[in-house]
Amino acid sequence: MFDMEIFRMIGSGLLETLYMVLVSTAMAYVLGLPLGIALVITDKDGIRPMPFVNRFIGIVVNVLRSVPFLILLITVLPITKKIVGTTIGPNATVVPLVIASAPFVARVVESSLKEVDKGVIEAAQSMGASPWKIVYKVILPEARPSLIVGGTIAVTTILGYSAMAGIVAGGGLGDIAIRYGFYRYQTNIMLVTVALLILIVQILQEIGMKLANIGDRRNG
Amino acid sequence: MGSDTMSSGNPIIRIEGLSKTFQGVSGDISALEDISLEIREGEIFGIIGMSGAGKSTLVRCMNFLEKPTKGKVWFNGRDLSQLTKKELYQIRRSIGMIFQQFNLLMQRTVAGNVCFPLEIAGVDKKAAAKRAEELLTLVGISDRADSYPSQLSGGQRQRVAIARALATNPRVLLCDEATSALDPSTTRGVLTLLRDINRRLGITIVVITHQMKVIEEICSRVAILDSSHIAEVGSVEDIFTRPKTSAARRLVFPEDPSMGKLSGTRCCRIVFNGNSALEPVIAEMVLEFRQVVNILFADMKNIDGKAFGHIVIQLPDSGMVADRMMEYVRSKGLTAEEVEGYV
Repeated sequence: MFDMEIFRMIGSGLLETLYMVLVSTAMAYVLGLPLGIALVITDKDGIRPMPFVNRFIGIVVNVLRSVPFLILLITVLPITKKIVGTTIGPNATVVPLVIASAPFVARVVESSLKEVDKGVIEAAQSMGASPWKIVYKVILPEARPSLIVGGTIAVTTILGYSAMAGIVAGGGLGDIAIRYGFYRYQTNIMLVTVALLILIVQILQEIGMKLANIGDRRNG
Repeated sequence: MGSDTMSSGNPIIRIEGLSKTFQGVSGDISALEDISLEIREGEIFGIIGMSGAGKSTLVRCMNFLEKPTKGKVWFNGRDLSQLTKKELYQIRRSIGMIFQQFNLLMQRTVAGNVCFPLEIAGVDKKAAAKRAEELLTLVGISDRADSYPSQLSGGQRQRVAIARALATNPRVLLCDEATSALDPSTTRGVLTLLRDINRRLGITIVVITHQMKVIEEICSRVAILDSSHIAEVGSVEDIFTRPKTSAARRLVFPEDPSMGKLSGTRCCRIVFNGNSALEPVIAEMVLEFRQVVNILFADMKNIDGKAFGHIVIQLPDSGMVADRMMEYVRSKGLTAEEVEGYV
């Protein structure tokens, strides 16, 4: 049914997808983690309440999250061209992926960090811990299992976005699915790529949950 | 009696004219109003009040977790409002604090929890581990050093929290409803440990509670907080035997029987202190006057190793006899006061 050519294509599509997703996730966390932390600590009940800063970050995050990914993808093409030099292929797709997922990551991180017991933070304050020390010695370690679960959600969401980038020849499995399955009616190739995407989501989900449980000491 | 002999008398915490208001949805809510207090070095000072009286806010003003809206707090002679952030962090290391919900780090071991304040203070890892070991031995759970808090019982968790609060050698330990989540026998164990820490290490302890038992068990002096105000401050003995305010009475004599169906209308509360509790005062009084009295209520307590108690009796109808009976009781060195509304 498939010749070597197609196998090779699917194989490199798979690698491209993994590359895009992992690089984008990493970069989204580089931006989103500090933003998420900022959202939590500048909150009115946070350890450094700064209502103005909190509102500002909140609005930026909401605006970016409101734009549908497909539209964002096309809107930022000029920016992508400036940064990467091209608008096609996996490297180019990383740019809109990061722009779209960083605010998402910020919210995921925010909700994880807000789960940390206020009393524990108060205890740290009573010991004379500075806000910075409370962040990296109390809030982040205590939220670790939840952050890992959030990371799993983020990575699978980014995987979904990356597949959409196929519409502008963004590379990866989504690109193949759209080109062969959608434009050329080669349903079997589309099915294979979709099955691979499902498999990746399953594996990432399993790994994420395992990691989260291994690191969690709340249940003894 | 305990207070003056046990403490050296220097105030370690001094609060003057402290008020705290919170901004609520429908205007400002006053949590504390014009509080002035002195906590002496070496004593165990209790602050008791009903829930919502402002106890927790008051104790948080002592380490500036809450900043007072008005008034001043001095710790060891230093005005907390004048400190820079860094100085405040430094001072907080001299003020340990434990909580009702223990507030341990759930992702750290017991030993890791005790090391935590030392890490913050910049103590090196080895020294911190050694100190944690000592402290866990002191609180009696050295065998659980590698467990996680989720594997411990409530009493054990509070012991870890105590060890953690003591790690930086504080001069004061603030206890915010520290035993309220524990069962009675565990409470007793934790209170014994606190008393032991007070005696052996000379650490001043401030106990916030709504439980009279806790005050009786370990405190030498007590302040009664009633709807944002201090109703009464004094030695536990004084407040137990001669509560002056209605707020104090509500706490000391909570089981108001208010029973009816009795002939006389005048009642008298007689308060016993340690020495006279052994004399059969009431029986002798009845023999002397050849008139019966009705005991409406009696409660005996053990405070600081001495027996204290109070009873409420219904006096005979004859006003003259009633007056003389009260005189008689007073002549025996007891406190007698007429109470209204019993019958």
